[in-house]
Amino acid sequence: MSKLKKAIQDIHLSDVSQKGQRGRGRGEAGSGAEISLHPLAYLLVTFFYLLLVVSFSKYDLSGLLSMVLYLLILGIGREIRLREALRHTWPVLLLVSMVGIANPFVEREICWQWGEVGISYGIISMLTLMLKGIFCVMASYLLVMGTGMEGICLGLRSLHLPKELVAVVFLIYRYLIVLLKEAERMVLAYKLRAPGQKGIHFKVWGSFLGLLLLRSMDRAQTVYESMLLRGYQGEIRGREFRGSKGRSVAYVCLWAVALFFLRVVPVFELVGALLP
Amino acid sequence: MIRIENLTFAYDNRIPVLHDLSLAVQEGEAVGLIGANGAGKSTLLKLLAGIGGDYQGKAQVCGMELCKKNLTAIRAKLGYVFQDSESQLFLSTVYEDVAFGPRNYGYTGEEADRRVMDALKKVHLEGLKDRQIYRMSGGEKKLASIATILSMKPDVMLLDEPSVALDPGNRRNLIHILNEIRETKIIASHDLDMIWDTCSRTVLLCGGRIVKDGSTEEILRDRKLLEDHGLELPLSLTGRG
Ligand SMILES: Nc1ncnc2c1ncn2[C@@H]1O[C@H](COP(=O)(O)OP(=O)(O)OP(=O)(O)O)[C@@H](O)[C@H]1O
Ligand SMILES: [Mg+2]
Repeated sequence: MSKLKKAIQDIHLSDVSQKGQRGRGRGEAGSGAEISLHPLAYLLVTFFYLLLVVSFSKYDLSGLLSMVLYLLILGIGREIRLREALRHTWPVLLLVSMVGIANPFVEREICWQWGEVGISYGIISMLTLMLKGIFCVMASYLLVMGTGMEGICLGLRSLHLPKELVAVVFLIYRYLIVLLKEAERMVLAYKLRAPGQKGIHFKVWGSFLGLLLLRSMDRAQTVYESMLLRGYQGEIRGREFRGSKGRSVAYVCLWAVALFFLRVVPVFELVGALLP
Repeated sequence: MIRIENLTFAYDNRIPVLHDLSLAVQEGEAVGLIGANGAGKSTLLKLLAGIGGDYQGKAQVCGMELCKKNLTAIRAKLGYVFQDSESQLFLSTVYEDVAFGPRNYGYTGEEADRRVMDALKKVHLEGLKDRQIYRMSGGEKKLASIATILSMKPDVMLLDEPSVALDPGNRRNLIHILNEIRETKIIASHDLDMIWDTCSRTVLLCGGRIVKDGSTEEILRDRKLLEDHGLELPLSLTGRG
């Protein structure tokens, strides 16, 4: 129950930071400097970042490491706490960390030897793959937290993606909220009539899930009807962008240069070499 | 404005919920729709908004036949307040939700903003415009739902239990808002006092049939008629209120 509440809150959290883009309510969330930018700017920078991260070779661990700087700068800029971020994303992180787990058993050739300890190519490639996954997840997370789902939809639309596609993205996101809310209501109703019972008895799981599906679909249907009744015709016309275009372009250009620099210059290796 | 003739409707289970209804509402008229639980009030309103499904008989809204090809045009002239505001509101903040309708009808920038703020001011929610919907009380959600319709300035308003969950002050204000709106209104409610204060005409439904259609004055004063159909005299007429 409290977990469900938390999930609902978390999902809405991503909507909080959008306010500045309407040019009002500034400073309620996020950092003031970035907030008046077009969501497309965030979207492009994130895409570029993902592209660069994926482009590293699977043994280029030290090079890849420098890409963490982007995440750090953004995270600090938006005052996103690492603990929060981990709490929101850990299941996905866990999943992507599994990707390269077999590599150490496949590639056993030693590439580094420190006395007794040898590090094989397999371990390096496993770590690289893991980091790639984690970086990608974190960058996407920062994007959602920074612009909100509605902002992302606005960004996708200005990329001239088919409006139906953008609407589907948005509707799936809304359905998730509807689903969680229904689940919360049902669990509450169950608990109130089954006091002293821990969790939901496994015997009713089946009917519970079935009912949840039916109820959430029903509810989604009415939400959809409510959209139709207010003129929805296959296109989400969300918030308009009223911030500065020039600054959005500058933001994209600056990050493009910076990310490219991080891609070609192994910052941590350099720093290591400079140290005595 | 609204004209239905011999309208019959059944949900999927084929048991008719509305039987052979005939009703005509003139432009600018305010009609109260009353009846016990399950009488078919919500069903009728949904049908008129074109979200009910297929029906038998004839129905016209805003001079257009109520059928698939006219739905978009009809909906553009229609505002519908759901009985349950959870279904009505689906965006993240109050402002966004109230702006959804105007934006879909092509209003942008200043004009959209003005419509939203006007609507929010009317229901006294301007202070909550950036509030996230899931953090609002039931009554606030109801007010926000009403604002989402006001911002579209529809020609016909269909309101399903608009006064539910409102405190006395906000309920008074709602009555005031409704009385100020000159457009056609159909208000389904168990709040007979509100019907008394807002509607000149009342339709009493029972078991999916129109039992009585006449002036509010006449119907709401008829204790026997109301009690026979599971209702009671409005408080203001019993001398208690
Ligand atoms: N989705 C549905 N499927 C099948 N039957 C339904 C459905 N919705 C309502 N009904 C039935 O239709 C009848 C009329 O319901 P409706 O919701 O129109 O009543 P109402 O007059 O609005 O009642 P209330 O005052 O409780 O809101 C009821 O008997 C109800 O059981
Ligand atoms: Mg009803």
